[in-house]
Amino acid sequence: MAEKLIKLPDVGEGVAEAELVEWHVDVGDLVREDMVLAAVMTGKATVEIPSPVEGEVTFRHGEIGDIIATGTVILKIRIVGEGADGEEEPEIELPLSQPEALSVEPQKQSEPLVERPKPAPEVIPQRPAASSVPRTVGAPRAEGEKPLAPPAVRLRAKEAGVDLRQVPGTGPAGRITHEDLDLFLDSQGGGGVTAGLQPNKAVQEVKVVGLRRRIAEKMALSKSRIPHITYVEEVDMTALEELRTRMNGTQKPGRPKLTILPFLMRAMVKAIGEQPGINALYDDEAGIIRQYGGVHIGIAAQTPSGLVVPVVKHAEARDIFDCAREVARLSDAAKNGTALREELSGSTITISSLGAMGGIVSTPVINHPEVAIIGVNKLAVRPHWDGAQFVPRKMMNLSSSFDHRVIDGWDAATFVQRLKALMETPALIFVEE
Amino acid sequence: MKEITCKLLVIGAGPGGYVCAIRAGQLGIDTVIVEMAKPGGTCLNIGCIPSKAIIHAADDFAKTVAMAAGKNAMGIKADNPVIDLAKTMSWKDGITGRLTLGVAGLLKKAGVKIVVGRAKFRDGKTVAVETETGEQVIRAENIVIATGSVPVELPMLPFGAKVISSTGALSLTEVPQRLAVVGGGYIGLELGIAFAKLGAKVTIVEALDRILPLYDTQLTQPVAKRLAALGVEVLLGTKVKGLSSNGEALMAEAGAGEEKRIAADKILVTVGRKPVTEGWGREELELDMDGRFLKIDEQCRTSMRGIYAVGDVTGEPMLAHRAMAQGEMVAEIVSGKRHSWDKRAIPTVCFTDPEIVSVGLSPDEAKAQGREIKVGQFPFAANGRAMTLSAEEGFVRVVARADNHLVLGIQAVGAGISELSAAFGLAVEMGARLQDVAGTIHAHPTQSEAFAEAAFKALGHALHI
Repeated sequence: MAEKLIKLPDVGEGVAEAELVEWHVDVGDLVREDMVLAAVMTGKATVEIPSPVEGEVTFRHGEIGDIIATGTVILKIRIVGEGADGEEEPEIELPLSQPEALSVEPQKQSEPLVERPKPAPEVIPQRPAASSVPRTVGAPRAEGEKPLAPPAVRLRAKEAGVDLRQVPGTGPAGRITHEDLDLFLDSQGGGGVTAGLQPNKAVQEVKVVGLRRRIAEKMALSKSRIPHITYVEEVDMTALEELRTRMNGTQKPGRPKLTILPFLMRAMVKAIGEQPGINALYDDEAGIIRQYGGVHIGIAAQTPSGLVVPVVKHAEARDIFDCAREVARLSDAAKNGTALREELSGSTITISSLGAMGGIVSTPVINHPEVAIIGVNKLAVRPHWDGAQFVPRKMMNLSSSFDHRVIDGWDAATFVQRLKALMETPALIFVEE
Repeated sequence: MKEITCKLLVIGAGPGGYVCAIRAGQLGIDTVIVEMAKPGGTCLNIGCIPSKAIIHAADDFAKTVAMAAGKNAMGIKADNPVIDLAKTMSWKDGITGRLTLGVAGLLKKAGVKIVVGRAKFRDGKTVAVETETGEQVIRAENIVIATGSVPVELPMLPFGAKVISSTGALSLTEVPQRLAVVGGGYIGLELGIAFAKLGAKVTIVEALDRILPLYDTQLTQPVAKRLAALGVEVLLGTKVKGLSSNGEALMAEAGAGEEKRIAADKILVTVGRKPVTEGWGREELELDMDGRFLKIDEQCRTSMRGIYAVGDVTGEPMLAHRAMAQGEMVAEIVSGKRHSWDKRAIPTVCFTDPEIVSVGLSPDEAKAQGREIKVGQFPFAANGRAMTLSAEEGFVRVVARADNHLVLGIQAVGAGISELSAAFGLAVEMGARLQDVAGTIHAHPTQSEAFAEAAFKALGHALHI
């Protein structure tokens, strides 16, 4: 009763494990009620775990990036005001830290720890500075001071590619000696620093965790399972752009500004009406293709932490302004990290658009287990042969990938050609048939 | 003529060019050097070396004249000394001849091919040389421009029979009775003093209000004193106007607009030197300039890839030893080594009587940089060796940082003091502190003791003063 166990909560339907992505507290921290303790990630949504009590963290389990089963105890909090220190602790060997031991007699830290009566072994790694010798003296010299070195040292430094401004000098008046240079070269692993092109042998390890790991897994799954066929076609967007500009110009209050995306979404709804096989999920293990009546369009969006795909549900039931409004709302939510789990899943087809960064061709990776992804390339004015002359037209390419196991090249081409026809004559998008 | 292809082509065989070529040859670089006159450039042929020969001869002669006049404190007497200036000149020519031959020999020994003629760029990799036997085209991966400098000519005093440059002065075979020297810089004073010692009535005309503006007045004062003793008239704040209508005299105007007529048999114009940036195709290459000089970076690279420049054509100070250090460095860079200009100091020496040496920062320059400094100065009047040489004029002055006593600069004025430039340069380049200089045993009795004493003085405890 003196201690509250914090278990990894069940964060979503049927999720048996989650990835630990953030720790907000450490052992020894005092926490208040509702303070965020940690964050875990399932699917593409991040869930924060608040503290149900006020007290002191006495135990912490798991490192960032660990996959932890639901129900696992990840924290223990000793509740304030309840239970005294003398009470028996059911848990063994809690690695309590004793911060006040750190500040005393820093000079003697390098002495053998055996002689110290206090059993505070976790203190050692927190004092790295005690063991380092004069090598790391911080900035070699005051700002604006030129390095002082005799010519022989300068020459050696140049030949080794060392910028003497980086080298601390221990000689008289801060003169850099041969020994100083030796020490510096040793600490650099023999490599130079500046002067000309230098091989950089540094390797930085970046742990793939959280969203990045999700993206990596998803991409690997898509590319290893799905034989992609990518089909690129150009679309003359001149008419659509004229229409779009006019629609944005006569905007009514409350109506969202239209981008190309809602037009494309509505065109996709139209084209899918004729080719329902495109709007499907392929469960390859069960050998079943589920064709959906509802068109749930995932919009691949770049966020500060990586790629996420918020989903516009039932695009077939939304008019163009509603589509636009929903895209804007979802992409904001995704960027702010406030998108709900439900809003980040359930798509049946996906659009990948990098806007001005769209390039001329891309090879989009299908959002598994979907069977198609429509890639939008950059819109640009290009010369177009109209049969008699070159005319400037606003051209845009669509680079679309399909799951070749279930969609033949002919069908893929038919679908894209239909999209092209609709977008080149945008009135067709709005015609009720 | 068959085209020559090489890795390195050096244009100009003065101190910058020939040193670059010798070092490149030593490093195994396939090198060609082009020179339109004799190897050695201004320095060996018409500058440093011949002027020092004349200065030395003049000094010896003046001493002998003093002996004949009964003015020798050591009791030496002489009778009616004369100087055969033509013979002096041929002695001088012998020296320069030996040296230029020596340079040619060194180039040959290093495996450098010498092409005699006037070079002109065709493009950034090709140079055409006008030789006696026709045009020689040379293609090179790297080209070093070492075209040097020439004396500045005044428009109202064009060089001619009466108006001469330093080159002309160094080939006079008769001492002019009256010599007017236009320009009170180091070249004018060195030669003016020499000719005064040879017996000419010398008048120095300087537009500024002081001589040797490169040095502070403390350093130039002993020179001014000596000029007066030699009977040299120094007209400061005086601008030359040209020759008089009959061509007999130099016309000048003093500060207040007062007109001066300076009767002269020869007029030596030494108003500075200008880099040779024309006549070899710079205009076609469109190399970037830094004022009137070629613009170079810390590796002596010009704005065009593969083209380097060294020496006077690249800027101040226009000194042979700077050019040599640049030339040596460029050869190393071309051979693939990582080098760049990192010198702390370039000594300047003025071979007046007495001589002036300056290395690093003067007290004024150090203060202008916002430095807290300590200055120690030791006079030769308190130096035993100087007394035995009858050369008590002058001093050594050390400038150091007040906080850590790092030596920032050393200046000296005195007879024969140019030889101490080595010690001064070494101290600054090695990053010596006052204690390093004071703690080095300086041999007794030598003038160099004044150096250690100056350091002691800056530290607050000079021993012999």
